[in-house]
Amino acid sequence: MTRGFPTLFRKEVMRFWKVSFQTVAAPVLSALLFLVIFSHALASRVEAYPGVGYTQFLVPGLAMMAMLQNAFANSSSSLIQSKVTGNVVFMLLAPLTPGDLFAAYLLASVVRAAVVGAGVILAVALLVPLPLPNPLWLAAFAFTGTGILGALGIVAGIWAEKFDQLAAFQNFVIMPLTFLAGVFYSVDSLPPFWQAASHANPFFYAVDGFRYAFFGRSDVSPWASLAIASAAFCALSWLTLRLLRAGYKLRH
Amino acid sequence: MATAAVEVRDATKRFGTLRALDGVSLTVEQGEFFALLGPNGAGKTTLISALGGLVRPDSGELRVLGRDVAKEYGAARRLLGIVPQEVVFDPFFSVRETLELQSGYFGLRDNRAWIDELLERLALGSKADANMRSLSGGMKRRVMVAQALVHRPPVIVLDEPTAGVDVELRQTLWQFIRSLNASGHTIILTTHYLEEAQNLCTRIAMMKAGRIVALDSTERLLAAFSERVLRVKLDGCGLPASLAAGSSVDATGWHRIPVDGAAQVEGALARLREAGARVAHLEVAEPELEEVFVRIMARNEPPAKAAA
Repeated sequence: MTRGFPTLFRKEVMRFWKVSFQTVAAPVLSALLFLVIFSHALASRVEAYPGVGYTQFLVPGLAMMAMLQNAFANSSSSLIQSKVTGNVVFMLLAPLTPGDLFAAYLLASVVRAAVVGAGVILAVALLVPLPLPNPLWLAAFAFTGTGILGALGIVAGIWAEKFDQLAAFQNFVIMPLTFLAGVFYSVDSLPPFWQAASHANPFFYAVDGFRYAFFGRSDVSPWASLAIASAAFCALSWLTLRLLRAGYKLRH
Repeated sequence: MATAAVEVRDATKRFGTLRALDGVSLTVEQGEFFALLGPNGAGKTTLISALGGLVRPDSGELRVLGRDVAKEYGAARRLLGIVPQEVVFDPFFSVRETLELQSGYFGLRDNRAWIDELLERLALGSKADANMRSLSGGMKRRVMVAQALVHRPPVIVLDEPTAGVDVELRQTLWQFIRSLNASGHTIILTTHYLEEAQNLCTRIAMMKAGRIVALDSTERLLAAFSERVLRVKLDGCGLPASLAAGSSVDATGWHRIPVDGAAQVEGALARLREAGARVAHLEVAEPELEEVFVRIMARNEPPAKAAA
């Protein structure tokens, strides 16, 4: 890592913070709307875990879903914008290493996700009584989950040449995987096929583990979830670094 | 001998079947004001991009002040400032933020004094806190020059810096670049305004279809491929036979008579008088790089072979 890394990281954070109404306030609002609608429709019918009401159950999942989506949006949209407008050349002309680029984009994604997640949980805490989460599990799953999506955002941002390609990636990969990650229900309640499908979705482990941090209960052991999420994070980080080193679609 | 500012050895680069660089070798010495000329698609921008690491050549070696641009890219990029051809900017930031961020990418923490100087020298002081989006095209280009210079690179490459830029800015820009050259910076320039290259640059390389087709001092290129000519327009008569050798006439009736110096101008005029020709208009044209360019490009027709 070079001395250029802190600046690139700061720039990536400034970039979303300057438009925080759109990058932070908007996702917090949509998570709250989901909460209001689903809890109103389903609260009387479902009790996810013994002693945990549906509305409570919903909060960590919704927060994590917003975090995952925003982690992806941050790195991918920043890269595609720089590429399409062409200003990426000034970053590429600087002596930044592939490691600098990776770490800066990834960590900025994690920071945006953390701000969005904190926003959702703090806003909800005013309406729904929530237990105090275990900070270690909370941090571990917040980091690995949003790290996976931050890295995936870098890959998608490098790969996409046009905004609509990125939108396709977001709509057909990220949205289904985050929506079907057990955010709205406990996957134990699903038929066996969908249970198996959910277990093949790496985002499920991030959601399930994040929920464990709040309730001490989850569909899968948190250690297994952490191991799987970490493995996915490491694999994607390795892939991302390889692409950056090869200059794939950045250096021709 | 001092290390060359830029050394390119046998660089090749293909994009599909297009040979963008077809065995380019080139040395630019420290302190030179060097022009890289050629028609669109000749490979100038590819060569510049390869120096900056934006393009990775298929083979060959490129060095900036002795540093290999691939193996020692960190060191090479610190020594090199490139002003890209396309106007690009980040709409999220102000002019000052843009320059501070660029400094930071090079690991420079406190660069305020130099940034202030750049803003002043490029007449951007009043726009320092304006968002990049609000600037005119010419101003954005000036910010790009400042961005390329923010780390005080000893070797500066300007890729068509004056394309579509008004006269005033062109003059401010050249004044500034000249002063940088005078203080020891090496300048490499591409431009389609050949009179700029002729006035500014001491040495010139011309590229065509990925190859260097001419490389010499501006003076020698002008002497070899261009000449001083007497241009005359005559009133109702042709050029006397005694002046016909080597002369030509264009569609508007101007005759071009090659002349070496003042004595020959005198002689040619005497012969016109002797022949009773009435001169309607007259001028002496100095050798022009444009003519050199046209001749060299025509001489190298047609190397358009497909990649095997």
